[in-house]
Amino acid sequence: MTPVDFSLLCNAALLLLAPVAVAIAAARPAAWRAIYLVSLVLTFTMAGSSIAFALSGAPASSEIFPLGIPWIGAHFREDMLSAVFLAVVNLGAAGASFYAIGYGKHEAAPGRVLPFYPLFIAAMNLVILSDDAFSFLLSWEFMSLTSWALVMAHHRSETNRHAGYVYIVMASFGTLALLLAFGLLAGPEGNYAFETMRGTAPAAAIGWLVLLLVLLGAGSKAGIVPLHVWLPLAHPAAPSHVSALMSGVMTKVAIYAVIRIIFDLAGAPEWWHGMVVLVLGGITAAIGVLHALMEHDLKRLLAYHTIENIGIIFIGLGLAMAFQANGMGAAAALSLTAALFHVFNHSLFKSLLFFGSGAVLNATGERDMEHLGGLIHRMPQTAFAFLIGCAAISALPPLNGFVSEWMTFQAILLSPSLPQWGLRLAVPATGALLALSAALAAACFVKAFGVSFLGRARSPAAARANETDIWSRTAMLIWAGLCLLFGLFPALAIDALGPAVQSLLNSRLPAQAEIPWFLLVPIAGSRSSYDGLLVFMFITASVLLSVAVIHLLASRAVRRGPIWDCGFPNPTPLAQYSAGSFAQPIRRVFGTLVFRAREKVAMPPPGDMAPAHFDVDIHDLAWEKIYVPVAAGIEFTAGRLNGLQFLTIRRYLTLVFLALVALLLVLAIWT
Amino acid sequence: MDLIVDYSLQGVQMLLVVTAAPALTGLVRKVKARLMRRAGPPILQPYRDLARLMRKEAVIAANASWLFRAVPYLVFAATWVAAALVPTFATGLPFSWTADLIAIIALLGSARFLLALAGMDVGTSFGGIGSSREMLIASLAEPAMMMIIFVLALIAGSTQLSTIAEFMLSTEAGLRVSLGLALVALIMVAIAENARIPVDNPATHLELTMVHEAMVLEYSGRHLGLIELSASLKLLLYVSLIACVFAPWGLAPMQSGLLSWLIGIGTWLLKLAVAAFALALFETSIAKMRVFRVPEFLGAAFMLGLLGALLEFVLAGF
Repeated sequence: MTPVDFSLLCNAALLLLAPVAVAIAAARPAAWRAIYLVSLVLTFTMAGSSIAFALSGAPASSEIFPLGIPWIGAHFREDMLSAVFLAVVNLGAAGASFYAIGYGKHEAAPGRVLPFYPLFIAAMNLVILSDDAFSFLLSWEFMSLTSWALVMAHHRSETNRHAGYVYIVMASFGTLALLLAFGLLAGPEGNYAFETMRGTAPAAAIGWLVLLLVLLGAGSKAGIVPLHVWLPLAHPAAPSHVSALMSGVMTKVAIYAVIRIIFDLAGAPEWWHGMVVLVLGGITAAIGVLHALMEHDLKRLLAYHTIENIGIIFIGLGLAMAFQANGMGAAAALSLTAALFHVFNHSLFKSLLFFGSGAVLNATGERDMEHLGGLIHRMPQTAFAFLIGCAAISALPPLNGFVSEWMTFQAILLSPSLPQWGLRLAVPATGALLALSAALAAACFVKAFGVSFLGRARSPAAARANETDIWSRTAMLIWAGLCLLFGLFPALAIDALGPAVQSLLNSRLPAQAEIPWFLLVPIAGSRSSYDGLLVFMFITASVLLSVAVIHLLASRAVRRGPIWDCGFPNPTPLAQYSAGSFAQPIRRVFGTLVFRAREKVAMPPPGDMAPAHFDVDIHDLAWEKIYVPVAAGIEFTAGRLNGLQFLTIRRYLTLVFLALVALLLVLAIWT
Repeated sequence: MDLIVDYSLQGVQMLLVVTAAPALTGLVRKVKARLMRRAGPPILQPYRDLARLMRKEAVIAANASWLFRAVPYLVFAATWVAAALVPTFATGLPFSWTADLIAIIALLGSARFLLALAGMDVGTSFGGIGSSREMLIASLAEPAMMMIIFVLALIAGSTQLSTIAEFMLSTEAGLRVSLGLALVALIMVAIAENARIPVDNPATHLELTMVHEAMVLEYSGRHLGLIELSASLKLLLYVSLIACVFAPWGLAPMQSGLLSWLIGIGTWLLKLAVAAFALALFETSIAKMRVFRVPEFLGAAFMLGLLGALLEFVLAGF
């Protein structure tokens, strides 16, 4: 059986799982575990087979079914690029399913989640497997709709309904943009199969229109600024394992669409296309992390960090386009490998972090960090796994997030050899933005972990929290282990990405696995190298040495006492530093510019016993300056057009006549 | 045989940095005291402090978690490894290729991340204020550091410190304005990262202006000793970094003899002493700034780095 047949078969099984789930939810609600178990098995097999295919470097396998548009049929194809993304999607889905085997028992209405869950996974797989515009768009829309249904699973809450509404509007807009992009690529003959699109290079004007439409269509799904507004609303609204899928995996399907269209279908990119993507990526990363810092809701914070990481991935893609346009194959390969590796890494740690936030949500009923605290004592294993995830997403060595950001930095440092001045100036600036967002991400995760898991409990619910179930814990610990594994042995992933990069750019990074000690040498040993394994071993050895020396030769006595705090121990946990106070210095520095943040202090007059009030006013400028006016414009136009419903028959006839004349005129001028 | 020499050299460097670090702190304190017309503690005082702290029992808050006890060791280990990877007396040590400049800075970032978490572990307002401000300063220093790395990579074609040092030793480097800008920027970043005046005051307690000291307020005994040793190591790391990039004279090249290693160690100690004098002089002649002036300070460092990069571009363009 060819790889594409195998993947399609597994997806057919996932699609068939939905009616089973409906039946189970109706007849035997106790059997919901079976759905997640079967999803786990199917996705894990698919992940394994696509990894094996990606490593084999075999030629692409394809399949045509007599479905869809009659004269084209439905094309499906699995090549190196789709194999990489299938592995990311299915590994993420396997993790979410494993976690859900335990987490699902907290679901109040399993009938609203179970049927859509396998459909959503299958839809994401089908987007990646599609090889013609019609199947692609159909699967894309199916993916949007199933994930929308999952967002609306808890539809009784007003905020979730609002999130679902914003999401469905943005998703429809994105599909429209992609539809137009494929229309332009297909040309007047209507070559909707990707095979024929690959053969014909579009004109320059069409090229940039396609880029714009792809950035609008796939970018709105990925969450690039300013199309990101739906993401922090919709991702947290879904149940936590679905949040992990949406944030960790579905955004990657959008990245896949960008790579597929720009690098594969649309022909050679111009250098300034790369610059547009690069600058957008830098802005997205910085804005995403600043929003995350202002956020007190744990799941929304994670969703904003997805925006940041999408920005980092786009920086890598933009660099790859710029280098490729200038014929610098090795540098382009480094950038694209860095971007793809970050895609994989982000799917690992973002899933892990959403699993952790789900565990916290179940244990305490709280998503607001200001009501958490001290969970490291009550939930030690969750806290440990979450800490690994926090360190990985903050790009700290020796974990995996650092390796892909380090590779992106190395690609940025190659930019001086680019001939265009625009790029020479834009790339270092983007590098500074990348460094800024990495450092701010570390600050944000000190806040997230420090306020939620450390300190003293800020609410009775947090003080009473209990460790989560064994399935969820195991899933989190395995994913934390994967974050460490790919930090110590990045060569495993980088070499697996080689064939995909080779197929897109005709060049790839040198194989890393043969270098002794798992050293990572992207360009040349004298230029830069990094060895996560040795760093980890040195740190472990130093820790053991210092512990041994101090405990044997000096002192090992410990006395527990009350909190010192310079002699002013604050009696109430509410006097601790909170999430808001932690972010205050950063808000003072960046907030006035980015959010128009204003602090209002209302002090009662002397003698008055009323409490003082402190308010912070934060504006999302993208929402207020772009979405609100556009919505108002649509509202206004719709209100005006409403009058057309109540005309007399004579006026309707006149309208029809005028429309006919106008159309004939257009036709006459056109030909 | 060569291999054994190589590895023992690396071992010598690891021992050297950890033994020299408290003396550097002691020297800075001594010079500062003399400049203020005080006698000051002896230069070896930090060693005595460390020995005393190590022997004492550690008093820990009742609600401190395992993280609180693990962090001092982790911070010390990460800082030590980072300091051992910066060339001090010789280039091309066997493990110098383990991490380039970006990775060394990121390792320090890991240490800071853990220390900031430890500051929040007990749940006090002092710890929180320290962590919050430390992360603010770090997030402003990192883009500036990236620009400096960019300038260095632009000139030397590498981020590997051994390669950069060898390039700077060669005649190709010459005097460049962009290098001067990068040097000033790096010194500013180093001052901020090491919590020195004017960004932070390592000598204060019981003041709302303190950053680093507030974060580690709950520590005592051996834990505090390790954190103080890490702080000294970090100062030594930055001095060695500046010395190896901007004043690489005396660095023993790869595969050289005992004499050049001894010269290397001698010149390195001399450079440390000069840096200690300069730092003390600078700290006594300037007042601490408000915490919200720090963004301007580090913004200036960033602009200097950017200017250096642009200058290098312009010069390369013609």
